[in-house]
Amino acid sequence: MVEHGDIRVVRRGGSKINFRQPVITNDSRLLLCASGHSVKVFSTSTEECVHELRGHTDLVTGVVVKPSNHLQAYSCSLDGTIRLWDFTDGILIKTYDIGYSIYSIHTSAFHKGVVFTVTSTISDKKSESFQLVAVHLPQSGDQLVKAPELSAVISDVSSNPGAIVFGRGGEYIASANGLHLEVFFFKKQKTYRFFLKKDTKTGGKNTFMCVAAHPKDDCIATGHEDGKIRLWRNFNHQKEYTYSTLHWHSNAVSSMCFTPEGTNLLSGGVESVLVQWRYNDVSQRDFLPRLGAAITHIAVSPDGALSCTSHSDNKITIIQGIKVSAVLQGLVTGESVETDLMVDPRSKALVLNGKPGHLQFYSLKRDKLLYNLDIVQQEYIHELGLQQFKVVKVAFDASGNWMATVEERKQKDAEQELNLKLWAFDEQTQSFVLNTTVADPHESRITAMCFCQAAASQTTMLISASEDGHFKAWQLRRLAPGEDDGPSCLCDFVGAYRGLVPHCCCFSADGSLLAVSFQEVVTVWSPASWELLATLSQPPKAIRNLCFGRLSCSKYLLGTTDDHLLCCWNLLTCSLEWSTSMDISLLLGDPLTENIAAFCCHAGSTDLFVFKPSEPRPVFSLKAVCSGKVTHAVFAPREEMLESCEESSQWLNHSQLYFLTQCMDLMTFTTKAEEEKLMASSKQLLIDDSVAMTPFYLLLGKHRKGESGAAASGESAGRPPLPQGSGAVKELLRTPAHVLPSTSFLCSMFVKSLLVSVGDARSVESKPAEEEMESEKEEEDSEGDMESSASRPERGSLARRSAEPAAPPLTKAQLRELRRVKKLDHSWLTGLLRS
Amino acid sequence: QVKHPVISLRFVFIFIVQMGEFKVHRVRFFDYMPSAIRAMVFSTRTERLALARADGALEIFNFSDNYFQEKVMYGPRRVAVEALCWVGPRLFSAGLNGEITEYDLENLRPRYTVEAYGGPIWTISVNSQGTLLAVGCEDGTVKMFEVLKERIQFQRNLDRQKGRIISLSWHPSGTLIAAGMMDMIRIFDAETGRATHRLLVDRGAGASKSKEVVVWSIAFLSDHTIISSDSAGKVQIWDGLNGTLIRTHLITKWDVLALSVSQDESSLVAGTSEGTVVQFQFISSTVDRLDKDWVRTRTFKNHSHDVRALAHTETAVVSGGMDTQLVVRPLLDKVEKNTRESAMRKVSFPHRSLVCCAKKAGLLLFQFPDHLELWRLGESDGYGKLGGSLPVKRGPEKLIQLKRKGEDHICCSALSPCGGWLAYSTVTSFRLYRLQNGSISICKVSKLPKDLLPAHQLCFSTNSSKLFASSSNSSVVVVALNELECKYLGTLKAKYGCRQPVHQLSASDNGKWLATANTDCEVHVYNLDKLKLHCTVPVYGSCPTAMAIHPTTSNLVVVHADQQIFEYSLVKKEYTEWSRRLQKQGLHSMWLERDTPITHVTFNPKNPAHIIVHDMFMFCIIDKSLPLPEAKNVLYNQMALRSLPEPDRVLHSHGFKICKDFQHLLCVSLLEDHSLVVVERPLLDIVSQLPAPVRQKKFAT
Repeated sequence: MVEHGDIRVVRRGGSKINFRQPVITNDSRLLLCASGHSVKVFSTSTEECVHELRGHTDLVTGVVVKPSNHLQAYSCSLDGTIRLWDFTDGILIKTYDIGYSIYSIHTSAFHKGVVFTVTSTISDKKSESFQLVAVHLPQSGDQLVKAPELSAVISDVSSNPGAIVFGRGGEYIASANGLHLEVFFFKKQKTYRFFLKKDTKTGGKNTFMCVAAHPKDDCIATGHEDGKIRLWRNFNHQKEYTYSTLHWHSNAVSSMCFTPEGTNLLSGGVESVLVQWRYNDVSQRDFLPRLGAAITHIAVSPDGALSCTSHSDNKITIIQGIKVSAVLQGLVTGESVETDLMVDPRSKALVLNGKPGHLQFYSLKRDKLLYNLDIVQQEYIHELGLQQFKVVKVAFDASGNWMATVEERKQKDAEQELNLKLWAFDEQTQSFVLNTTVADPHESRITAMCFCQAAASQTTMLISASEDGHFKAWQLRRLAPGEDDGPSCLCDFVGAYRGLVPHCCCFSADGSLLAVSFQEVVTVWSPASWELLATLSQPPKAIRNLCFGRLSCSKYLLGTTDDHLLCCWNLLTCSLEWSTSMDISLLLGDPLTENIAAFCCHAGSTDLFVFKPSEPRPVFSLKAVCSGKVTHAVFAPREEMLESCEESSQWLNHSQLYFLTQCMDLMTFTTKAEEEKLMASSKQLLIDDSVAMTPFYLLLGKHRKGESGAAASGESAGRPPLPQGSGAVKELLRTPAHVLPSTSFLCSMFVKSLLVSVGDARSVESKPAEEEMESEKEEEDSEGDMESSASRPERGSLARRSAEPAAPPLTKAQLRELRRVKKLDHSWLTGLLRS
Repeated sequence: QVKHPVISLRFVFIFIVQMGEFKVHRVRFFDYMPSAIRAMVFSTRTERLALARADGALEIFNFSDNYFQEKVMYGPRRVAVEALCWVGPRLFSAGLNGEITEYDLENLRPRYTVEAYGGPIWTISVNSQGTLLAVGCEDGTVKMFEVLKERIQFQRNLDRQKGRIISLSWHPSGTLIAAGMMDMIRIFDAETGRATHRLLVDRGAGASKSKEVVVWSIAFLSDHTIISSDSAGKVQIWDGLNGTLIRTHLITKWDVLALSVSQDESSLVAGTSEGTVVQFQFISSTVDRLDKDWVRTRTFKNHSHDVRALAHTETAVVSGGMDTQLVVRPLLDKVEKNTRESAMRKVSFPHRSLVCCAKKAGLLLFQFPDHLELWRLGESDGYGKLGGSLPVKRGPEKLIQLKRKGEDHICCSALSPCGGWLAYSTVTSFRLYRLQNGSISICKVSKLPKDLLPAHQLCFSTNSSKLFASSSNSSVVVVALNELECKYLGTLKAKYGCRQPVHQLSASDNGKWLATANTDCEVHVYNLDKLKLHCTVPVYGSCPTAMAIHPTTSNLVVVHADQQIFEYSLVKKEYTEWSRRLQKQGLHSMWLERDTPITHVTFNPKNPAHIIVHDMFMFCIIDKSLPLPEAKNVLYNQMALRSLPEPDRVLHSHGFKICKDFQHLLCVSLLEDHSLVVVERPLLDIVSQLPAPVRQKKFAT
C-alpha cells in the first residue's frame, strides 16, 4: 500500500449553498452563506462570489453576523470550531475551539460575548438528541482559543436552525421541536412549554417546522407540517397563552421570517411561493409566485431592503421589494443523477442533470453555473406523481462538436417513449444546437451510449446499446455549408449477440475497437468492417463496467462483474491477463493518462484504488473515501498541469477526480501542495507585534478590549499599513490623483500619521519594505490590469477596501477623549509602560 | 309520504343467552326538523342560557347542570324573536312584531306583552343596574322602558335617528348607550337622550360599495371602547370618548352577525356568516408593558351556516345559528385540559321525547310544532338471520296527520297505550281525541272538565283509563276516561311553595303510582288510589331527565342530567340495594363523559333485571344481575365480546350492554310483542334539508 497522507478528500465547487439560512450584511451589499467546508461571500448586486472563507475542516453549519460588529461574522462547523471572520476582506480573525460538533449557531445583541450553539447531547451519541448551549467566548488575543465555558440552556431542541429563534431584543429564546414549543426567558430564567396534539380531528398535522419571533412585540410565529402558521401570544403564562392561526400553504411551512420592523411576516414552503403576511392585518397577503423550486430558507437584510430565499435546487434568490433582483445558482444535484457525470471537452465544464428536463454546464474552475441547456423542450408541470421526460444519457465526442442525449418517459400504462437527440456545437452562439432527433431509436431502454473518441474525421460514430438486445452504430456527419439536404445522422449498423442484452459499450482510444458487453460476454468489434473480432467471457455473472486501457496500456481491456471480480484481458492474446476479487461499483479511465480509478464498495464505505493495468501495484489507494456507494465520478482535465513529484499524488497531475457521494455531495481529491498553494493565495491574519505604544493605541486598545481583543488586532492588521511620516506624504503626493482613494479615507490616515509622534520610530523602521510593496500593489490594481484569477480574491478585497473606508468612525465622545489625551503630557505613561 | 320503508330486522345481541333476541323496528320516517337559532343570552347570575329559535320557541339551558335543556316554551303566536334579555331572573324578548314580552318561567308561557309603537324591534338591552330596558326600533328610535316589579313602563325616547336601530349596547356605567345603525354608530347620553357621537362605518369594497352596511352587533366596554361588527365582514374597535376608529379587523367576506364580550372584558367573540367564530383577546403586545390591544387569536369552525347568536361565558363560547345546533366550545385556557369541562358539546336534539309509542297497539305519535303524525308500524312474519333485515309484509302507514288549531305551538302530546286516545296541549288550549276502528276515525272529545288546563306534560295510565296532565305550580290533574265521558278525578299537589313546572310524568303499570319530576329536581310519587302524595325521593342536585316505575317491583328508576342513575323502592321508600351499590362503586368514567342526557327509560317485561335507557348516540340495557363495570373495564365492549369465545364472555361482560348500531336516536321503546322500536333521525338528513350555506372557496376545488 502506498502512503497517502497528503491526499485528502475535500469539497471543492458545486457544494450546497442552500444548506443553511444565508445572511445579508447590514449594508445589504453582501450575502454570506455556508457552502460545504467554507463560507461564501456573494455580492447581492453582481451575483459574483467575492470571497470564499476557507478554514473549516468539516461541513459549515451556520453563519451569523457578530451582533456587536457588523463587519465580522461567526461561522460554526461540524469540526467543533467557531471561527470569526472579517468577511469584507476575507480574513480569519479568530478560532474558538468548542470540542463538540456544532449543528447551528445563534446570537443576539442582548448577550455580549456569548454565542448559542446546538450540539448533540454529550452523554449518548447514538440517539439523535440535541441541546442548546451558551458558549462564553473568552477574551484573549490569541488566534486559537479554547472556549471551555459551556452552559446548557435548553435541552431537546431540533437540529434545524430554523426551529430556534431569539425574540424581541434577545430577551427570550423560542425553540420548537416535534410537537412542543419551548420559550425561555433569560431575565426570569423561566421556561414555558406548550404542547400540541399530533393530529387534529380535521386531519391537520401539528408538527412544528420552523419558528420566527416578532422583533418588537411578544409574538412567536410557528410553521406547521400541514401548512398552518400559528401566531402565539401571551406565552409568558403557562395557561392563558393564546394563538391565532393563518392558513395559506397547502404543505409544510419550511421557513418563516419577520421583517426587521415587524410589519410583515414572510413564509415559504414547497409551493415555491413567497407569501408576505401583514402583521397587523393578516387577511392581507402578498405573493411572489413561481420561484422555481421549494423554498428552504428565508432571510431578510437588517435594513429590510432585501430578502432572500434559498431553494431546494441549490439556488438563492435575492428579492428586492417583491421582485427578484438576483439569482445565485449552485450545482443542482437532485435525488438522482441519471446522466452520470460528464465533462464537456470544449468548456471543461461538468455536465449533468440540472433542472427537470435540462442539462447543466457547471464550471468547476469558477464554481459557477455556466448555463442550462433545455433538452426536453417541453413545459415542466410540477405535480406529484406526474411522469415527465427525463434526460437519462449524455455523451460527448472527443472534440466537443457533438453531443448526444437520450430522454425517456415511462408512463404507467403507455409505452416507453424514447428520444435520441443529437446536438451540434454552434460556433456562433457558442452553445449546442439541436441537430437531429431520432424518435424511438430502440425498442427498449438505452443502457449505454458512447462516441468514438478517435479524433479528426469527417464523420463521428455513436454507439447506443439497448435492452432490446441490439446495439446500433450511428454515423454523424457535419453538413458542409453548401449542402443543406441529406441526413446528417444515419444508422450504420445494428449488432446483436445471441439475443443477449448489451449492458456496456466502450471504444478504444484510437477508435479501432469497440467492446460491447452482452451480460457475461464481452464482444470486441471492429467499427471499420463491423466484424466480430473476439469474444471474451468471465462467467457466471454479468459485466458491470468496461474500460479500455490507454497509452502504453492500450492493449488491455478491463471489466468488472457482478460477482465482485475485476478482470483484465490482453487484447493481443485474447486471454485473461489477471483478475482480482473486488466489489467495484465504478471503473473509470483517466482520458489523459493510463491510470484507471476503481471505486470499491466495502463494508458500507467506499475505497478508491488508482492503478495502471500493466502494473500489479496500485498507484494510489485510499480507504474509506466516503460512506455509501459511489456510482458517479469523472476525471476532469486540469487546465495547467500540476507538478507534483511525489509518487502517490502524481496521478492527480493531469486531471482531477470528482465524484458524487450517496448524499449527492460533489467531492474531489486534493494534494497537500495544492492546498498550500491555495492557502497562500488566501489572506492570513498577521499578528503585528510592533504596534507602537501610542496614546492612540492605548485608547483604542482599551476601547476594543470591551468587545473582542482579537477583533481589534485583526482589523488593524487587515488594514493597509498607514502612510507615515514625510515618506508617506511624499508617496501620497507622487501618485496621480485619479488613482488615489477617496479623500476622506486618506484624511483619517493622514491625521493619524500626524498624531503619532512618540515611540513609533521602531515600527516605522521595521515595516517600510512591506509598505512599499503593498502600496505598489494597490497602484497596480487600481490601474485596472486584469490578472490571472489566482490572485482574484485578494484583488477584490483590495478594491473593496479602497472603495469604502474601513476604519470604524470615531464617535464624538472618543474624539473628545482623544483631544484630552493629546493635551495631556503622556510621557509618564509610556515610562510606566516601559517599566 | 313514506320516505323510508321500515326495515324490520332481526337484531340479536351478543348476550343472547341472557335476554333472548329482539325484532327491531328501525324507524326513519320521523322528519323532525329543528328550527334555526335566532338569539341567545346568558345570565351569569343564574347560569342559565336563554335561546330563541326561528319558530318562536324559547329554550332555557342550565349550564350549571350539565347543559340540560330545562324548559321549553313557546311565544304567544308564531313570531320570530329577534332579541332576548335577562333582567335578573326575568326574561324579556322583543321581536319584529314590535312587542316586548316578558315570560313566566314557572308556567312556561308569556306573562304579558307591551307594544313599543316603533315598528319592528331589532334589539333589546338592559343597563347593568337592571333598571332600564332600551329597545331599538325600525323607525330609528331608541325607546327606554323602566323595569318595575311586575311589568315594564315606557319612559321616553332618545333622539330619533334616520334609519333603523339594529343593535344597542349600554356602557356599564349606565350613562351612555351605543346604537348600531345603517352605515353608522351613534352614541347617546342616556340621561339627556341626546346623541353625542356619530361614528361612520365604511362600506365594503368593490361591488358592495353601494350597499348600506349594517352594524349587526355592538359592544360598549367599560374603558369606553366600542366594538362593532357589520355586514361588510369587519370587526371594528372604536374609541368611544373621541369617536375615532382604532383598528379594523376584516374577518370575513360576508356578514359578522354576532358579538359577545366576556364578563371581564378580556376576550370577545364574533360570529360570521361562514359559520366561524373568531376570538379576539385583549393582550399587551410585550410582556412588561401594560397597554393592551385587541388581537385576533383563535378561530372556531363548528357551524356550517350563519352564526346568528353568541354567548361568551366565563369558560366557554356558546354559539348557534342557522344549522340549528347549539355548540358549547370551552376555552382551553380557562378550563382544565382533558376533563369533562374541556370537551366540546353540541346540542342537536331536544332533551325530551317528541315520540310517543303506544306499546299495545303498535302506534307511534310524532310531535311537530304545528301538527301531530300518527303512524302504524310495519309487520313482518319471516325469520331472518342475525343482523339481517326481514321481509316486510306490511309497510308502515301514516294514519293521521292532525294539524293544530289556532296559531299556538303544540307543546306536549300523548297517545294512550291502547291507541284509543290522543291528547295534546298548546300554551292556551288542551285537546283530547278519541281514536277508533284501528285508528282510522278520530273525533274530538268536546266535553272536557274545566280543570283540565293547558298542560306542560301529558301521560296516560297503562290501562288507558286515566290521563295525567301537569299544570301550574307542580300540580297534576287526573282525569278518568271512558267511552262516554271524561271525568275530573282530582289534582295532585305537592307541598306548598313548589312552583316549578313538572317536566316528567310516569305512571306505574299497575295503576297505583304516579311519579312526577320538576325542574327544581324534586321527584314526587303519588298514590293514585288515594290521590295523595306517597313519598318524595330525596332531592339530588341534578335535574331528572328520564324516569320510570318498574312494572313488577315498583322501583322508580331516575336518570339525572349528570348521568347518575338511582333506583328508589316505592314500597320501602328507600334506595334499593343495587342503587346503593352503584353509588358506592360509582359509574364508569366513560358513562359520565357522555354529553347527551338519557331521555327515556323502559323495562323488559320478560326480564325484570333489565333497564333499557337511551340517549342520542346509543341505547343501553342495564342488567342489574351482572357486576357493574369497573374503572379498568372497557365500557363499550359489545364488539369485543362478540369476538371472544363463549366461556370468556362471562368474564368480561358487565352490567352495561351498550349498542351504538343505531345513531341519532329520538326514541327507543319496547312493544308488548317484545319487539324494539328505534326511532332514528340521522343528522345528515337534517343538514341536507338546511338552506345552502354561503359559498366559500375551498382549497383545491
